[in-house]
Amino acid sequence: MKGLGELERSIMDIIWAQPSAVTAREVGRLIADRDLAPTTVMTVLDRLTRKGFLVRTRDGRAWRYEPAESRDSYIAELMLEALDLTGDRSAALTRFAQAVSGNEAEILRRALTELEDE
Amino acid sequence: MITAAALATLALVCAVGAWRFTRARWTYRAPHVAIVLWQALGVTWGLAGTGTLLAYALEPYGQGVLHGLAAFAASALGGGYGPAEPYDLPRIVALIAGLTALVVLVVVLLIAGAQTLRARRRHRTLLALIAREDPEVPGVRVVDYPGATAYCVPGLRSQVVVSAGTLKLLSPAELSAVLAHETAHVRERHDLVLLPFAALRRALPWSRLVANVQAEVSLLVEMAADDVARRYCSPRRLATALLRFGTAGAVPTPNGAMGAAGSCSAVMARVERLVTPGPVLSRGVRYSIVAFSVTLTASAPLLWLVPH
Repeated sequence: MKGLGELERSIMDIIWAQPSAVTAREVGRLIADRDLAPTTVMTVLDRLTRKGFLVRTRDGRAWRYEPAESRDSYIAELMLEALDLTGDRSAALTRFAQAVSGNEAEILRRALTELEDE
Repeated sequence: MITAAALATLALVCAVGAWRFTRARWTYRAPHVAIVLWQALGVTWGLAGTGTLLAYALEPYGQGVLHGLAAFAASALGGGYGPAEPYDLPRIVALIAGLTALVVLVVVLLIAGAQTLRARRRHRTLLALIAREDPEVPGVRVVDYPGATAYCVPGLRSQVVVSAGTLKLLSPAELSAVLAHETAHVRERHDLVLLPFAALRRALPWSRLVANVQAEVSLLVEMAADDVARRYCSPRRLATALLRFGTAGAVPTPNGAMGAAGSCSAVMARVERLVTPGPVLSRGVRYSIVAFSVTLTASAPLLWLVPH
Protein backbone atom coordinates (compact mmCIF):
# COMPACT_ATOMS: atom_id res chain seq x y z
CA MET A 1 0.00 0.00 0.00
CA LYS A 2 1.48 3.30 -1.06
CA GLY A 3 1.38 6.43 1.10
CA LEU A 4 -1.31 9.02 0.50
CA GLY A 5 1.16 11.50 -1.00
CA GLU A 6 2.44 8.87 -3.42
CA LEU A 7 -1.14 8.04 -4.43
CA GLU A 8 -2.04 11.67 -5.03
CA ARG A 9 0.96 11.89 -7.27
CA SER A 10 0.12 8.79 -9.33
CA ILE A 11 -3.48 9.87 -9.69
CA MET A 12 -2.50 13.34 -10.84
CA ASP A 13 -0.15 11.73 -13.37
CA ILE A 14 -2.99 9.58 -14.68
CA ILE A 15 -5.40 12.49 -14.98
CA TRP A 16 -2.79 14.71 -16.62
CA ALA A 17 -2.23 11.99 -19.23
CA GLN A 18 -5.92 11.84 -20.15
CA PRO A 19 -7.24 13.99 -22.97
CA SER A 20 -10.54 14.69 -21.18
CA ALA A 21 -12.17 14.57 -17.77
CA VAL A 22 -12.36 11.13 -16.16
CA THR A 23 -14.52 9.47 -13.54
CA ALA A 24 -13.27 7.82 -10.36
CA ARG A 25 -14.02 4.42 -11.88
CA GLU A 26 -11.84 5.19 -14.92
CA VAL A 27 -9.02 6.35 -12.67
CA GLY A 28 -9.33 3.12 -10.71
CA ARG A 29 -9.03 1.14 -13.92
CA LEU A 30 -5.97 3.08 -15.11
CA ILE A 31 -4.04 2.98 -11.87
CA ALA A 32 -1.26 0.43 -11.69
CA ASP A 33 -2.08 -0.71 -8.16
CA ARG A 34 -5.01 -3.06 -8.83
CA ASP A 35 -5.68 -3.82 -5.17
CA LEU A 36 -6.74 -0.27 -4.50
CA ALA A 37 -10.22 0.01 -2.98
CA PRO A 38 -12.55 2.26 -5.01
CA THR A 39 -13.25 4.29 -1.85
CA THR A 40 -9.53 5.06 -1.55
CA VAL A 41 -9.50 6.43 -5.09
CA MET A 42 -12.56 8.52 -4.23
CA THR A 43 -10.88 9.84 -1.10
CA VAL A 44 -7.74 10.86 -2.94
CA LEU A 45 -9.74 12.51 -5.75
CA ASP A 46 -11.71 14.38 -3.12
CA ARG A 47 -8.54 15.56 -1.36
CA LEU A 48 -7.00 16.73 -4.62
CA THR A 49 -10.18 18.63 -5.48
CA ARG A 50 -10.22 20.32 -2.09
CA LYS A 51 -6.58 21.31 -2.53
CA GLY A 52 -7.50 22.92 -5.84
CA PHE A 53 -5.55 20.62 -8.12
CA LEU A 54 -8.61 19.01 -9.68
CA VAL A 55 -11.89 20.44 -10.92
CA ARG A 56 -14.93 18.19 -10.91
CA THR A 57 -18.18 18.38 -12.84
CA ARG A 58 -21.36 16.35 -12.44
CA ASP A 59 -21.96 13.72 -15.07
CA GLY A 60 -25.14 11.83 -14.32
CA ARG A 61 -24.59 10.11 -10.99
CA ALA A 62 -20.80 10.32 -11.11
CA TRP A 63 -18.24 13.12 -10.92
CA ARG A 64 -15.81 13.77 -13.74
CA TYR A 65 -12.40 15.08 -12.74
CA GLU A 66 -9.95 17.14 -14.73
CA PRO A 67 -6.75 18.96 -13.77
CA ALA A 68 -7.13 22.61 -12.73
CA GLU A 69 -3.79 23.44 -14.34
CA SER A 70 -1.43 21.61 -16.63
CA ARG A 71 1.64 19.97 -15.19
CA ASP A 72 3.80 22.47 -17.06
CA SER A 73 2.15 25.46 -15.47
CA TYR A 74 2.91 24.04 -12.02
CA ILE A 75 6.52 23.49 -13.09
CA ALA A 76 6.59 27.10 -14.27
CA GLU A 77 5.24 28.27 -10.92
CA LEU A 78 7.92 26.33 -9.04
CA MET A 79 10.72 27.54 -11.28
CA LEU A 80 9.65 31.19 -11.21
CA GLU A 81 10.07 31.01 -7.48
CA ALA A 82 13.31 29.08 -7.75
CA LEU A 83 14.75 31.70 -10.09
CA ASP A 84 13.45 34.50 -7.87
CA LEU A 85 11.40 35.91 -10.74
CA THR A 86 8.17 36.38 -8.82
CA GLY A 87 9.26 39.87 -7.83
CA ASP A 88 8.21 39.54 -4.20
CA ARG A 89 11.79 39.23 -2.94
CA SER A 90 10.79 36.61 -0.46
CA ALA A 91 13.22 34.63 1.60
CA ALA A 92 11.20 31.48 1.10
CA LEU A 93 13.97 29.59 -0.69
CA THR A 94 17.74 29.70 -0.53
CA ARG A 95 19.26 29.46 -3.98
CA PHE A 96 22.66 28.34 -5.15
CA ALA A 97 23.30 31.01 -7.77
CA GLN A 98 21.55 32.91 -10.48
CA ALA A 99 22.25 33.51 -14.12
CA VAL A 100 23.59 36.97 -14.92
CA SER A 101 22.63 39.20 -17.84
CA GLY A 102 24.15 38.88 -21.32
CA ASN A 103 27.21 41.16 -21.18
CA GLU A 104 28.24 40.06 -17.74
CA ALA A 105 27.91 36.41 -18.67
CA GLU A 106 30.85 36.94 -21.04
CA ILE A 107 33.11 37.84 -18.09
CA LEU A 108 32.07 34.68 -16.29
CA ARG A 109 32.51 32.59 -19.42
CA ARG A 110 36.11 33.80 -19.75
CA ALA A 111 36.80 33.07 -16.07
CA LEU A 112 35.37 29.59 -16.57
CA THR A 113 37.62 28.89 -19.56
CA GLU A 114 40.64 30.03 -17.55
CA LEU A 115 39.76 27.80 -14.62
CA GLU A 116 39.21 24.81 -16.86
CA ASP A 117 42.48 25.30 -18.74
CA GLU A 118 44.64 25.38 -15.63
CA MET B 1 16.68 62.87 28.31
CA ILE B 2 19.96 61.02 28.70
CA THR B 3 18.39 57.70 27.69
CA ALA B 4 16.78 59.23 24.64
CA ALA B 5 20.08 60.81 23.63
CA ALA B 6 21.96 57.55 24.18
CA LEU B 7 19.44 55.61 22.11
CA ALA B 8 19.54 58.23 19.35
CA THR B 9 23.32 57.99 19.27
CA LEU B 10 23.12 54.22 19.14
CA ALA B 11 20.63 54.29 16.24
CA LEU B 12 22.81 56.76 14.37
CA VAL B 13 25.93 54.70 15.00
CA CYS B 14 24.13 51.62 13.65
CA ALA B 15 22.94 53.44 10.53
CA VAL B 16 26.37 54.94 9.78
CA GLY B 17 28.01 51.63 10.74
CA ALA B 18 25.72 49.76 8.34
CA TRP B 19 26.49 52.20 5.56
CA ARG B 20 30.25 51.85 6.08
CA PHE B 21 29.95 48.13 6.62
CA THR B 22 28.30 47.52 3.22
CA ARG B 23 31.61 48.57 1.67
CA ALA B 24 33.84 46.54 3.97
CA ARG B 25 35.69 43.70 2.27
CA TRP B 26 37.25 41.98 5.28
CA THR B 27 33.80 40.45 5.69
CA TYR B 28 34.57 38.06 2.82
CA ARG B 29 37.35 36.59 4.92
CA ALA B 30 34.98 35.73 7.77
CA PRO B 31 31.40 35.63 6.48
CA HIS B 32 29.99 33.83 9.50
CA VAL B 33 31.31 36.50 11.85
CA ALA B 34 30.16 39.29 9.55
CA ILE B 35 26.64 37.84 9.51
CA VAL B 36 26.55 37.94 13.32
CA LEU B 37 27.59 41.59 13.25
CA TRP B 38 24.91 42.40 10.65
CA GLN B 39 22.24 40.80 12.79
CA ALA B 40 23.43 42.78 15.82
CA LEU B 41 23.37 46.00 13.80
CA GLY B 42 19.85 45.27 12.54
CA VAL B 43 18.31 44.46 15.92
CA THR B 44 20.04 47.37 17.63
CA TRP B 45 19.04 49.82 14.92
CA GLY B 46 15.37 48.82 15.24
CA LEU B 47 15.27 48.93 19.03
CA ALA B 48 17.38 52.09 19.33
CA GLY B 49 15.46 53.98 16.64
CA THR B 50 12.03 53.30 18.08
CA GLY B 51 13.43 53.53 21.62
CA THR B 52 14.68 57.08 21.01
CA LEU B 53 11.19 58.35 20.20
CA LEU B 54 9.56 56.41 23.01
CA ALA B 55 12.19 57.39 25.60
CA TYR B 56 11.59 61.03 24.79
CA ALA B 57 7.79 60.66 24.75
CA LEU B 58 7.56 58.68 27.96
CA GLU B 59 10.04 60.75 29.92
CA PRO B 60 7.30 62.35 32.10
CA TYR B 61 6.70 58.95 33.66
CA GLY B 62 10.33 58.82 34.74
CA GLN B 63 10.42 55.03 34.45
CA GLY B 64 12.32 54.35 31.27
CA VAL B 65 10.95 53.04 27.98
CA LEU B 66 9.63 49.60 28.86
CA HIS B 67 8.05 50.47 32.21
CA GLY B 68 6.97 53.82 30.82
CA LEU B 69 5.08 51.96 28.07
CA ALA B 70 3.40 49.79 30.69
CA ALA B 71 2.45 52.86 32.75
CA PHE B 72 1.18 54.58 29.62
CA ALA B 73 -0.90 51.57 28.68
CA ALA B 74 -2.31 51.41 32.21
CA SER B 75 -3.23 55.10 32.25
CA ALA B 76 -4.61 54.92 28.72
CA LEU B 77 -6.90 52.11 29.81
CA GLY B 78 -8.01 54.24 32.74
CA GLY B 79 -6.70 52.05 35.50
CA GLY B 80 -3.37 53.67 36.28
CA TYR B 81 -2.04 57.12 36.92
CA GLY B 82 -1.03 59.77 34.40
CA PRO B 83 2.41 61.32 34.13
CA ALA B 84 3.55 63.86 36.70
CA GLU B 85 3.52 66.68 34.16
CA PRO B 86 1.07 66.97 31.25
CA TYR B 87 2.07 65.99 27.72
CA ASP B 88 3.23 68.65 25.31
CA LEU B 89 2.83 68.42 21.56
CA PRO B 90 6.36 67.18 20.69
CA ARG B 91 6.01 64.32 23.15
CA ILE B 92 2.65 63.32 21.72
CA VAL B 93 4.09 63.35 18.20
CA ALA B 94 7.09 61.32 19.37
CA LEU B 95 4.83 58.85 21.11
CA ILE B 96 2.69 58.32 18.03
CA ALA B 97 5.73 58.08 15.74
CA GLY B 98 7.56 55.72 18.09
CA LEU B 99 4.61 53.40 18.59
CA THR B 100 3.84 53.40 14.86
CA ALA B 101 7.42 52.55 13.95
CA LEU B 102 7.57 49.79 16.53
CA VAL B 103 4.26 48.29 15.42
CA VAL B 104 5.25 48.55 11.74
CA LEU B 105 8.54 46.74 12.37
CA VAL B 106 6.87 43.95 14.32
CA VAL B 107 3.96 43.59 11.90
CA VAL B 108 6.24 43.60 8.84
CA LEU B 109 8.29 40.81 10.40
CA LEU B 110 5.22 38.76 11.27
CA ILE B 111 3.70 39.21 7.81
CA ALA B 112 6.97 38.28 6.13
CA GLY B 113 7.21 35.20 8.32
CA ALA B 114 3.64 34.15 7.55
CA GLN B 115 4.04 34.76 3.80
CA THR B 116 7.28 32.81 3.76
CA LEU B 117 5.67 29.87 5.50
CA ARG B 118 2.71 29.96 3.13
CA ALA B 119 4.93 30.17 0.04
CA ARG B 120 6.98 27.23 1.29
CA ARG B 121 3.93 25.10 2.04
CA ARG B 122 2.61 25.72 -1.47
CA HIS B 123 6.03 24.98 -2.93
CA ARG B 124 6.27 21.70 -0.99
CA THR B 125 2.78 20.63 -2.05
CA LEU B 126 3.62 21.23 -5.69
CA LEU B 127 6.96 19.45 -5.36
CA ALA B 128 5.18 16.43 -3.89
CA LEU B 129 3.05 16.22 -7.03
CA ILE B 130 5.67 17.05 -9.60
CA ALA B 131 9.26 16.43 -8.50
CA ARG B 132 10.78 13.01 -9.01
CA GLU B 133 13.58 11.08 -7.39
CA ASP B 134 16.64 10.42 -9.49
CA PRO B 135 18.92 7.46 -8.78
CA GLU B 136 21.86 9.69 -9.75
CA VAL B 137 21.19 12.06 -6.85
CA PRO B 138 19.57 10.19 -3.96
CA GLY B 139 17.64 12.34 -1.48
CA VAL B 140 17.34 15.23 -3.91
CA ARG B 141 14.12 16.22 -5.65
CA VAL B 142 14.42 16.71 -9.41
CA VAL B 143 12.09 18.95 -11.41
CA ASP B 144 11.86 18.45 -15.17
CA TYR B 145 12.88 21.90 -16.31
CA PRO B 146 15.60 22.63 -18.88
CA GLY B 147 17.03 25.74 -17.15
CA ALA B 148 19.60 25.57 -14.36
CA THR B 149 18.25 25.87 -10.82
CA ALA B 150 19.41 24.50 -7.51
CA TYR B 151 17.85 25.56 -4.25
CA CYS B 152 16.48 24.34 -1.00
CA VAL B 153 13.09 24.72 0.60
CA PRO B 154 14.06 25.34 4.21
CA GLY B 155 12.02 24.22 7.17
CA LEU B 156 11.75 21.36 9.59
CA ARG B 157 11.56 18.93 6.69
CA SER B 158 13.84 20.77 4.32
CA GLN B 159 14.26 19.63 0.73
CA VAL B 160 17.04 20.16 -1.74
CA VAL B 161 15.78 20.60 -5.30
CA VAL B 162 17.61 20.71 -8.63
CA SER B 163 16.27 20.98 -12.16
CA ALA B 164 16.91 18.47 -14.89
CA GLY B 165 18.86 21.26 -16.64
CA THR B 166 21.26 21.39 -13.70
CA LEU B 167 21.92 17.65 -13.89
CA LYS B 168 22.80 18.08 -17.55
CA LEU B 169 24.88 21.23 -17.04
CA LEU B 170 27.18 20.10 -14.24
CA SER B 171 29.73 17.34 -13.93
CA PRO B 172 29.20 14.86 -11.06
CA ALA B 173 31.91 16.57 -8.98
CA GLU B 174 30.34 19.97 -9.55
CA LEU B 175 26.92 18.63 -8.70
CA SER B 176 28.10 17.24 -5.38
CA ALA B 177 29.71 20.61 -4.65
CA VAL B 178 26.40 22.37 -5.29
CA LEU B 179 24.57 19.88 -3.08
CA ALA B 180 27.12 20.40 -0.29
CA HIS B 181 26.47 24.14 -0.59
CA GLU B 182 22.70 23.68 -0.36
CA THR B 183 23.03 21.29 2.56
CA ALA B 184 25.01 23.99 4.36
CA HIS B 185 22.12 26.45 3.85
CA VAL B 186 19.75 23.89 5.31
CA ARG B 187 21.88 23.01 8.30
CA GLU B 188 22.75 26.57 9.30
CA ARG B 189 19.17 27.82 8.74
CA HIS B 190 20.33 30.68 6.53
CA ASP B 191 16.73 31.36 5.61
CA LEU B 192 16.17 32.66 9.15
CA VAL B 193 19.14 34.99 8.75
CA LEU B 194 17.74 36.38 5.51
CA LEU B 195 14.11 36.70 6.61
CA PRO B 196 14.31 39.94 8.67
CA PHE B 197 16.49 41.67 6.09
CA ALA B 198 14.13 40.69 3.27
CA ALA B 199 11.20 41.90 5.39
CA LEU B 200 12.91 45.23 6.07
CA ARG B 201 13.59 45.64 2.39
CA ARG B 202 9.94 45.14 1.59
CA ALA B 203 8.95 47.60 4.32
CA LEU B 204 11.37 50.27 3.03
CA PRO B 205 11.60 49.60 -0.73
CA TRP B 206 12.88 53.11 -1.49
CA SER B 207 15.86 52.88 0.83
CA ARG B 208 19.12 52.42 -1.04
CA LEU B 209 20.89 51.52 2.21
CA VAL B 210 18.44 48.77 3.09
CA ALA B 211 18.71 47.36 -0.46
CA ASN B 212 22.50 47.35 -0.22
CA VAL B 213 22.42 45.77 3.21
CA GLN B 214 20.12 43.02 2.01
CA ALA B 215 22.30 42.31 -1.02
CA GLU B 216 25.39 42.22 1.18
CA VAL B 217 23.86 39.87 3.74
CA SER B 218 22.66 37.54 0.95
CA LEU B 219 26.15 37.45 -0.50
CA LEU B 220 27.68 36.75 2.92
CA VAL B 221 25.21 33.92 3.46
CA GLU B 222 26.26 32.40 0.12
CA MET B 223 29.92 32.74 1.09
CA ALA B 224 29.24 31.14 4.45
CA ALA B 225 27.62 28.19 2.65
CA ASP B 226 30.57 28.06 0.23
CA ASP B 227 32.93 27.86 3.20
CA VAL B 228 31.07 24.93 4.69
CA ALA B 229 30.79 23.21 1.31
CA ARG B 230 34.51 23.43 0.57
CA ARG B 231 35.19 21.10 3.50
CA TYR B 232 33.29 18.36 1.68
CA CYS B 233 34.13 19.03 -1.94
CA SER B 234 36.71 20.54 -4.22
CA PRO B 235 36.46 24.36 -3.98
CA ARG B 236 37.53 24.59 -7.60
CA ARG B 237 34.59 22.44 -8.70
CA LEU B 238 32.28 24.65 -6.66
CA ALA B 239 33.73 27.67 -8.45
CA THR B 240 33.26 26.17 -11.92
CA ALA B 241 29.70 25.17 -10.95
CA LEU B 242 29.03 28.79 -9.98
CA LEU B 243 30.40 30.09 -13.27
CA ARG B 244 28.41 27.54 -15.24
CA PHE B 245 25.26 28.60 -13.45
CA GLY B 246 26.02 32.24 -14.10
CA THR B 247 26.53 31.69 -17.81
CA ALA B 248 23.59 29.34 -18.27
CA GLY B 249 21.59 32.36 -19.31
CA ALA B 250 19.10 30.35 -21.33
CA VAL B 251 16.51 31.33 -18.76
CA PRO B 252 13.53 32.88 -20.49
CA THR B 253 12.24 35.75 -18.37
CA PRO B 254 8.47 35.46 -18.29
CA ASN B 255 6.44 38.57 -18.96
CA GLY B 256 5.84 40.79 -15.99
CA ALA B 257 8.40 39.05 -13.86
CA MET B 258 11.03 41.15 -12.23
CA GLY B 259 14.48 40.71 -13.68
CA ALA B 260 16.37 38.81 -11.05
CA ALA B 261 19.66 38.39 -12.80
CA GLY B 262 22.35 37.81 -10.24
CA SER B 263 25.16 40.30 -10.16
CA CYS B 264 28.35 39.42 -11.95
CA SER B 265 30.55 40.96 -9.26
CA ALA B 266 28.89 38.85 -6.59
CA VAL B 267 29.56 35.66 -8.55
CA MET B 268 33.15 36.70 -9.24
CA ALA B 269 33.72 37.57 -5.58
CA ARG B 270 32.59 34.09 -4.60
CA VAL B 271 34.67 32.45 -7.33
CA GLU B 272 37.80 34.35 -6.40
CA ARG B 273 37.71 33.44 -2.76
CA LEU B 274 37.07 29.80 -3.66
CA VAL B 275 40.00 29.61 -6.06
CA THR B 276 42.48 31.75 -4.15
CA PRO B 277 41.32 31.95 -0.54
CA GLY B 278 42.73 34.94 1.33
CA PRO B 279 44.07 34.61 4.86
CA VAL B 280 41.32 33.94 7.36
CA LEU B 281 40.77 36.67 9.94
CA SER B 282 42.76 35.87 13.05
CA ARG B 283 40.98 34.19 15.93
CA GLY B 284 41.45 37.24 18.15
CA VAL B 285 39.82 39.59 15.67
CA ARG B 286 36.94 37.21 15.08
CA TYR B 287 36.27 36.83 18.80
CA SER B 288 36.38 40.58 19.35
CA ILE B 289 33.85 41.15 16.57
CA VAL B 290 31.50 38.58 18.07
CA ALA B 291 31.98 40.10 21.54
CA PHE B 292 31.25 43.55 20.10
CA SER B 293 28.11 42.23 18.40
CA VAL B 294 26.86 40.71 21.64
CA THR B 295 27.50 43.97 23.54
CA LEU B 296 25.75 45.94 20.82
CA THR B 297 22.73 43.64 20.86
CA ALA B 298 22.49 43.87 24.65
CA SER B 299 22.88 47.65 24.77
CA ALA B 300 19.53 48.64 23.25
CA PRO B 301 17.37 46.41 25.50
CA LEU B 302 19.33 47.65 28.52
CA LEU B 303 18.65 51.25 27.54
CA TRP B 304 14.96 50.34 27.23
CA LEU B 305 15.09 49.24 30.87
CA VAL B 306 17.04 52.05 32.57
CA PRO B 307 14.68 54.39 34.40
CA HIS B 308 15.78 57.76 32.98
